[in-house]
Amino acid sequence: MLPKQSGCGCSCGSNPGPKIIFACSGCADVGELADQAARKLTRDGAAKMSCLAGIGGQVSGIVKSTEAAQSILAIDGCPLNCTKKTLEMAGFTKVNHLRLNDIGFEKGQTEVSSTTIARVIEHAIIYL
Amino acid sequence: MEIKVCGPGCASCEKVQKTVEAAIAAKGVEAVVIKVKDFQEIAKLGILSTPAVVINGKVMCVGRVPKQSEVEQWIS
Repeated sequence: MLPKQSGCGCSCGSNPGPKIIFACSGCADVGELADQAARKLTRDGAAKMSCLAGIGGQVSGIVKSTEAAQSILAIDGCPLNCTKKTLEMAGFTKVNHLRLNDIGFEKGQTEVSSTTIARVIEHAIIYL
Repeated sequence: MEIKVCGPGCASCEKVQKTVEAAIAAKGVEAVVIKVKDFQEIAKLGILSTPAVVINGKVMCVGRVPKQSEVEQWIS
């Protein structure tokens, strides 16, 4: 069972801020898998997925929300590490990093299914 | 100037509202303060936690109550 985020998003009661996930959401199969796992973690209430494009585009709401995060998880599909690099370029260096390549998912040879999504989530929750 | 105070209306949100109003009074600027309580509207700004302060469309802080001196700097 996944640990759930607090339902209240405000700072009353010293809420430590949301756990935020960024996925590369790249065009390859592993990018899709990273994306789907991040969405599932959000639906399950374990964390909140945010938009990596908003970090690249310096969208104030997304940048400030990331600054207020309790923890940040970057999920990259392949060794290009686009998510981690994008966050670093925006000044976010305290980032937990999960690279799907490191847990056995090869670019171009990965099926996106409920089974593979569940496998990614198993690893992702360790970093949340 | 348009200042949005985003949050469901808890104690922290009320504190932000008062801080913003005090900053406006201290600086003597003309500003409209809008309370945004609807989470859908708040999420449209990319804000994932509250309270948050938005000045003329730019999100200035999220998930904390800013100091009055900070707000004064933002509106100067």
